[in-house]
Parts: sequence; C-alpha cells; structure tokens
Amino acid sequence: MARTVLNQADIARALTRISHEILESNRGAENLVILGIPTRGVVLARRIAETIQRIEPTATNVRVGSLDVTMYRDDLGHTRTRTPSRTLVPGSIDGVTVVLVDDVLYSGRTIRAALDALGDHGRPTIVRLAVLVDRGHRELPIRADFVGKNLPSSTAERINLHLLEVDGDEFVSIDGGPPGGEHPDGVDTEAAS
Amino acid sequence: MRHLLSTKGLSQGEAIRLLDIAEDMADVADREVKKLPTLRGKTVVNLFFEDSTRTRISFEAAAKRLSADVINFSAKGSSVSKGESLKDTAQTLAAMGADGVVIRHPASGAPHVLAESGWIDAGIINAGDGTHEHPTQALLDAFTIRRRLHRGAARGKGLDGVTVTIVGDILHSRVARSNLWLLTTLGAHVTLIAPPTLLPMDMSGWPAESGFDLDAAIDAGPDVVMMLRIQQERMNAAFFPNSREYSRRWGLDDERFGRLAPTTIVMHPGPMNRGLEISSAAADSAGSTVREQVANGVSVRMAALYLLLSGDREDS
Amino acid sequence: MSSDSTASTPYLIRGATLPDGALTDLVLADGRIAEIGSGLSRAGATVVDAAGLIALPGLVDLHTHLREPGFEQSETILTGSQAAAVGGFTSVFAMANTSPVQDTAGVVDQVLALGERAGYVTVQPIGAVTVGLAGERLAELGAMATSRARVRVFSDDGFCVSDPLLMRRALEYVKAFDGVVAQHSQEPRLTEKAQMNEGALSSELGMVGWPAVAEESIIARDVLLAEHVGSRLHVCHVSTAGSVDVIRWAKARGIQVTAEATPHHLLLTEDLVVGYDARFKVNPPLRRREDVDALRAGLADGTIDIVATDHAPHPVEAKDCEWDAAANGMVGLESALSVVHAAVVDTGLLDWTDIARVLSRTPARIGRLSGQGQGLIVGAPAELTLYDPAASRVFGRGNLAGKSANSPYLAMSLPGRVLATFHRGYATVLDGALRPAAEIAAVGGRTHG
Ligand SMILES: [Zn+2]
Repeated sequence: MARTVLNQADIARALTRISHEILESNRGAENLVILGIPTRGVVLARRIAETIQRIEPTATNVRVGSLDVTMYRDDLGHTRTRTPSRTLVPGSIDGVTVVLVDDVLYSGRTIRAALDALGDHGRPTIVRLAVLVDRGHRELPIRADFVGKNLPSSTAERINLHLLEVDGDEFVSIDGGPPGGEHPDGVDTEAAS
Repeated sequence: MRHLLSTKGLSQGEAIRLLDIAEDMADVADREVKKLPTLRGKTVVNLFFEDSTRTRISFEAAAKRLSADVINFSAKGSSVSKGESLKDTAQTLAAMGADGVVIRHPASGAPHVLAESGWIDAGIINAGDGTHEHPTQALLDAFTIRRRLHRGAARGKGLDGVTVTIVGDILHSRVARSNLWLLTTLGAHVTLIAPPTLLPMDMSGWPAESGFDLDAAIDAGPDVVMMLRIQQERMNAAFFPNSREYSRRWGLDDERFGRLAPTTIVMHPGPMNRGLEISSAAADSAGSTVREQVANGVSVRMAALYLLLSGDREDS
Repeated sequence: MSSDSTASTPYLIRGATLPDGALTDLVLADGRIAEIGSGLSRAGATVVDAAGLIALPGLVDLHTHLREPGFEQSETILTGSQAAAVGGFTSVFAMANTSPVQDTAGVVDQVLALGERAGYVTVQPIGAVTVGLAGERLAELGAMATSRARVRVFSDDGFCVSDPLLMRRALEYVKAFDGVVAQHSQEPRLTEKAQMNEGALSSELGMVGWPAVAEESIIARDVLLAEHVGSRLHVCHVSTAGSVDVIRWAKARGIQVTAEATPHHLLLTEDLVVGYDARFKVNPPLRRREDVDALRAGLADGTIDIVATDHAPHPVEAKDCEWDAAANGMVGLESALSVVHAAVVDTGLLDWTDIARVLSRTPARIGRLSGQGQGLIVGAPAELTLYDPAASRVFGRGNLAGKSANSPYLAMSLPGRVLATFHRGYATVLDGALRPAAEIAAVGGRTHG
C-alpha cells in the first residue's frame, strides 16, 4: 500500500526552502541558470525560478531551461530505446552558476549523464544539484547540494512523485514495489513516474 | 525499431517520433560541441553497392556525430562486383562486429533480404534499394516540409492536409515511393505527375492522384512541388523523345515557377539537372529547400541510427 | 512386402482404386500389366496392399530440367530421375538447356544412355531448336530425330525462339518427322531485366515487370504461324488468363496447338514475392489470382492439355541471395501430384481420370513417346503409381529426392502422397520409399538388355 510522505503543501514548502538556499549559496540571483532534467525536473526548475524571482524582484530574468540526458546515459544498450526530450539551454552557460534540478536522486547515473551533457554546452564556473527527494542508494560519488526531503528507502520500494503539470495531481508516496524484486537497472528518474 | 527498411511499414506514431528526435538532433548542430556520445563503441558500416557520395557522407556524418565508428565499404568495383555474394559480404561484416549496416543496393529488396537472412544480426538501414524505397530521403523531405510549415513548433505534428505534387520519373524512383507512403501516413495529399511512360503501369494500390499535366498541377496550387531527377539512361530507352521535349512538358521552368504561390516549397532530392527538370531560378529561390534538405538529412539519419542502435537488440 | 524385389519378381497389387473409381487387383509381370480384375492371385508375386490407394498410369513430365551434362551441382540425370520416381513419374522429357546444349545427336544420345543407366524413369531427351539455344541457326533437328534418342520434341526453353522467320522454319521443318516445337513464349524486348509479374505489386515493390502481353503476343504469333504452315505447336508453361484465351481461340479455329500449365502456376500467386524469398522466383513469374483461376478453368475445359512441372533445380547459392541476382526456377517433380491434387482435384475441377489424361496419356502423346501413357490396361507396359489421396503432409526437405531444395512448398501443407511407383514392371518407389540406385540399375539394366 502506498504511503504519502509529502503532500502538495509540503512540496511547495520544500521548493521555497530550496530557492532560498540557492540564493544564499549564490549570493543573489545574478549569473544563475537553472536547468531541469526532463520530465519532472523541468517543472521543478520552472517553479524554483519563479520562486527566486518572487523573493528577489530586482533580479533581471532568472534563466531557466531544460537539459535532456538521454543521449548521455550509460545504459542505452540495456533497455528499450528511450525517446529523448527537448534540451533548451537559455543562452551561454560559460562562467555562470548552473543549478541542475531533478525530481528523485537515486543511483546518481542520471546526474553523471547530465554533467557530461552540460559540458558539451559550455563551461559553467559552478554546477550545483537540487532534488526534491533523495532516496539514497548512490552508485557514483555524487551528492545533492539542495534536497527537499531525504527519504531512506529500500531498493524494493517504489517512490511515486506526481506533479500537477505532468500528472494532474501532486504528492510523493512510497510503496512496497513488486514482491521480492528490485526495480530493474536501478533507474532513478523513472522510478519516480 | 529493429531495422528501417521502408516507409510503407511505418506507423504515423513511429514516423512522428523519428521526426521529433531528428529535431533534437538538429539542435545539436547549434551547440558548442556538435557531437553526442550516444553510440560510442558501436560500429556502423556503410555498405554501398552503388555510388552515392552524397548519401554516404550524410550517413557518415550522422554516425560520427553520434560517436559511432564508421567503416565505409564500397562494394562497387571490389570483390563483390566480381561475384562475391551478398551473403558472404554480410557474414564478413558480422565477423567485424558491425552493429548497424547502412546498405545501398541496386536490387529492390536487398536490405530486406539482409535483415531477414540471419547472416548478420546488425540493425539494417535501407539507403536506397533498386527502384523500391529510400526511407531516410523521404523522412528528411517530410522533416523539411514540417519545419518550413511549423518552424520551431514542429514537434509532434504531422502533415495533415498538406498538398504535395511529385513530378518526374515516378516509375524508377525509390524517392517517390518512400515519399508516397510516408507523406500520406503523415496526412498529406500526394499527386504524381509524369509522362505516361514514367508512371507505373498499375497504381491502383497507391494512395495518390496521378496525371500527365504539370501545368494543371501547378495551377492547382500545391503547398509543395518536388522535382525528381531525370536519369541520363532514360533518354536512350524511348521513355520520352529527348530532354528538350521533357523539359518543355515536365520541367519546372521559370514560367511555371512564376505561377506558383510565393509560399510554395520547392524540393529536389539532388543532384539536380539544372535547366532540365528544374530551372536555376526555381532551384535557388527562397522557396527552394535544396540546401536545407542536405542539412536535415544528417539530423534525420542521426535519429534513425539512434533508434536502431541505442536500445538493446531485443527491442523492436 | 519383400525388400529384395527384382525385375523378375511379379507384383500383385491388391484392392487398388482405378481413376474411374473401380476397385481392382493388378498383376505386373515381365514388364507388362498381365492381369486386371478382382480376386487375382499369382504364385511368387510380391503382394502390395493398395487399399485406399489410387492407381494412376505412370506420370509423364513433358518439361523437366535434369541439368546433366554441365550443371551437375544442381541435378544429375540419376538424381532427377529419383525425384521423378518419388513424384510418381515414370518418364520425363529432359530439356535441352544443358552444357553442352542438347543440340546434336551425340548429346541427346548421351542423355538417353545416362537415363537408361539410372533406370528409374524413361528419360526422353528434348532437342534444341537452334544451335546453342542462340536463336540464330537451326540445330540438326533431323539428326536428333533419327538418332537412338528418337527426338520428337524440340525446344529452346529458357529462351524464346523470338525470330519469327526462324520459328516458322522450325515449325515447318519438324513436320518431316512428326515433331513438335515447344515454345517458351516470352517476347525478349518486353521482358528485359524482368523480375516478376507486371502489375500493382511490381509497381509497389519497384521490380521490373514481366507483362502478360509478352507471353500472349508470342503465343498469338506462333499459333498463326502454326496455322499458316500446318504444323504442331506446343506452348510451354502458360501463365496468364490472356494466353488461355488466345489458345482457346486457336483450338476453336482448328490450329494444332497444345499447351501446358505448371503445378506452381496452378496454385501459387505473385503476392508470395513480397518477402523477397527467391524460392518464389520463376520464369514465367507467378501471376495474379485471376490468372490462376483462368489456368484451372482452361485445364478443366481442355484448352490446356497437360500439366508439366518445369522442374528446375538450382544450388543453394543461386537462391540464397537478393532477388535480382537469384536464378529463376523451382523444383517440382516430387510435389507435382500433390499440388495438382490441391489446385484442381480438391477444388472439384478435375477428377482422377482427368489427372491420368493431363499427367500421363496426353503428354506422352504430344511427345510421341511409345511405352508410356497407355493407361492401365492389360498388355500395356507396367508403368503406374499408387497414390494415397487421403494423406496430408507438411512438405519438407525430406520429401525432396533430387539434389536441390529450391521448392516453393517447403513448410506448406499439401494433400496426398505417392506410396509406390512401378517402371517397366519393377518398383522404383515402394512403401513410400525410393529403392536404392544400385538395385534399380541392376534390374533396369536387365530390362533394357
Ligand atoms: Zn521455359
């Protein structure tokens, strides 16, 4: 049975906190590019950008975009062919601070792919990572700078993360997953869908 | 997708998915690094039994932008033309570890035979087989039309209601056949115009109108006019009296071009016979997509290679 | 049944069904049908239980490619004879496109001798019409006619005698020895590089079409020539509805024309080409459903006189390739009777008496072959086959007895099965199994002594 761990208000609060933390660590909204990883990371990135704009009304256009990592994944030969999503990098990212935004941080392989993809678009000064949920079980030396909720889970459990713009409702829940089994290939963003 | 052998077998969903991925691939060309690591470690063989530098380099560029290793095997003038069979060639490529084979062959159906034979496990892309199909050419044509019509908002769209008139040697054209199936699958209306000798004898199964009168077709105001190349060899085989008469009746000359609406898209798969099937003014006009077609060819072929070679080989 | 049956052993066939449906016993002795009737007995005879089996006169194939001399990797006269016996045949006419071509008395006599040595069937050589099948000069037709092989059928099959003057001369010349010209009707200019039937499917597949008119125009020309010079014409492998119409018209006019249809043109259609499996590549090509129906109707009303296999063996490499590069032709001897059964008997168009006519009596008569096609009558040569019409099988490689496997019927379900074949009174097939070559050569050699 699924157990809800974050409701819509919890998610809003978490994103507001993350927005504040980003501003604090960047000392303002200058030279900031927020890139979401499709699909839900893009939604979260947009919300964070809006929140930052609200907190710092003087900030001239907080740049937000999307960074698809499909072509950079290390498991392409092991799963069904994935349909890539659109990459939209707003202007040059040379010399700026890029905040990557994803919904669930799991093995870390998606973020590894995102870092490679980012490098092909330019050379940011700093790259940070924001996630709504960190469920542990990293397979690479990667950690998030801004986390909405740490959610220790077993690999057999399934994290459901719904957002209004994509799913029509909004919550984070956890359930037992398939009996006796792990999710195939330790997929991370997909585990949230 | 296991192989790309024809457009006849493509569903609308599959076709749009491929065109959408081609949009992503086209975006890569605008980046600082114009290369993706996607097919690192994969080997793509360009197996060409006919000369076609244009198509070969387009596939080569596509494969290299996806970081695949590319081997060019020009079978013309090699042991193959001296009697080595397609089977032996295929088994050689299999032994070399080819993951994908891009094949151009003068015999209709040769890519199909290669894909079904069991001689090789690679994904097969048909780069033109006889007078049968040339699916990536049709895909790049559809991609080009869609981009012209919808600009940046092309993703997810078909070609509903678009009228396309294809003119020339339909009988011997694999480009015409692939476009016929793909464009109609995407919702376009296709009209085929040719001398009676260069239309297939029985087109009852073809979802297209056909006729002999280019002037009437021009006056109908099509959204797209696609001119096909007239091969030199047709002129010596009584398909029409001579190039002058062909040009006068079925060429897109300045006068006919002038009667087209300014928004009409003028296409040609190349290489062009300027002054024969198309005038220079038409080929170089703002409505002409001849150069775009070349650039889009790389994007579409990247998308095809990605779809064939990125998933595990069970995926179909 | 005894396994060491020899020529000297009589056979008592019990309870067979004759083509007209009557039940009977038959005794075969001294190479002839010795007795027909019920309740027969014969001391020392090998008894064959034929309950439920149809006894047909030994089948005669007017159109077989045995490939020897010259193409022994595809077939030899021995292996082709074995394929024939397994299919219920007791005689085959061997087409002339060997290497060297059967265009001289020496080559046709060699083929005849190799056939006799194999001993499974009567191998009757066909002579080429033109030297080297080149369509330029007449071959030594008279020398072949008077050779030991007594050639009566002349054909450049594989090629059309397209030169109208040469065709006229050939038709006229063979009158001297009651010969017949068997024409492969294919206008060469209309079929350059042709790959399949011309129509909607060839348009879609982008294959060069083989138009029906290329066959029909040659047949029309040839029947008029045959009428003009008063000669016999035989039309090989008729494949189109229009051809049937032309031949029907010619016969109504009294022209001496006979025609054959192949089993594959009576059963298969062009849509099999879609998968580019070269086993379905044949010349003339597989046609439309309408053509198949017209051929069946023509066979039923006598416009088409006979069924002939056009058995055309090819090695694996000639078919395991792209369509354009593949050779034309299908093996057909082993499957012929089952295919005809499916195409025209099961569909109610022909009965078994008709089958005896179109696959035995008439082909022997067209080819002027004595000792064959005389039917199941007392005193006739003991040439017959026992066929189980109730059997059904998925046709496979194991059902082929020749050297090549280019059968279009592999993995297809076909009715019926040949269980025994008798040639000159000895069994070439018994209990559904081919008798060994050494045994056949021994008994066959004696009967030729
Ligand atoms: Zn023939």
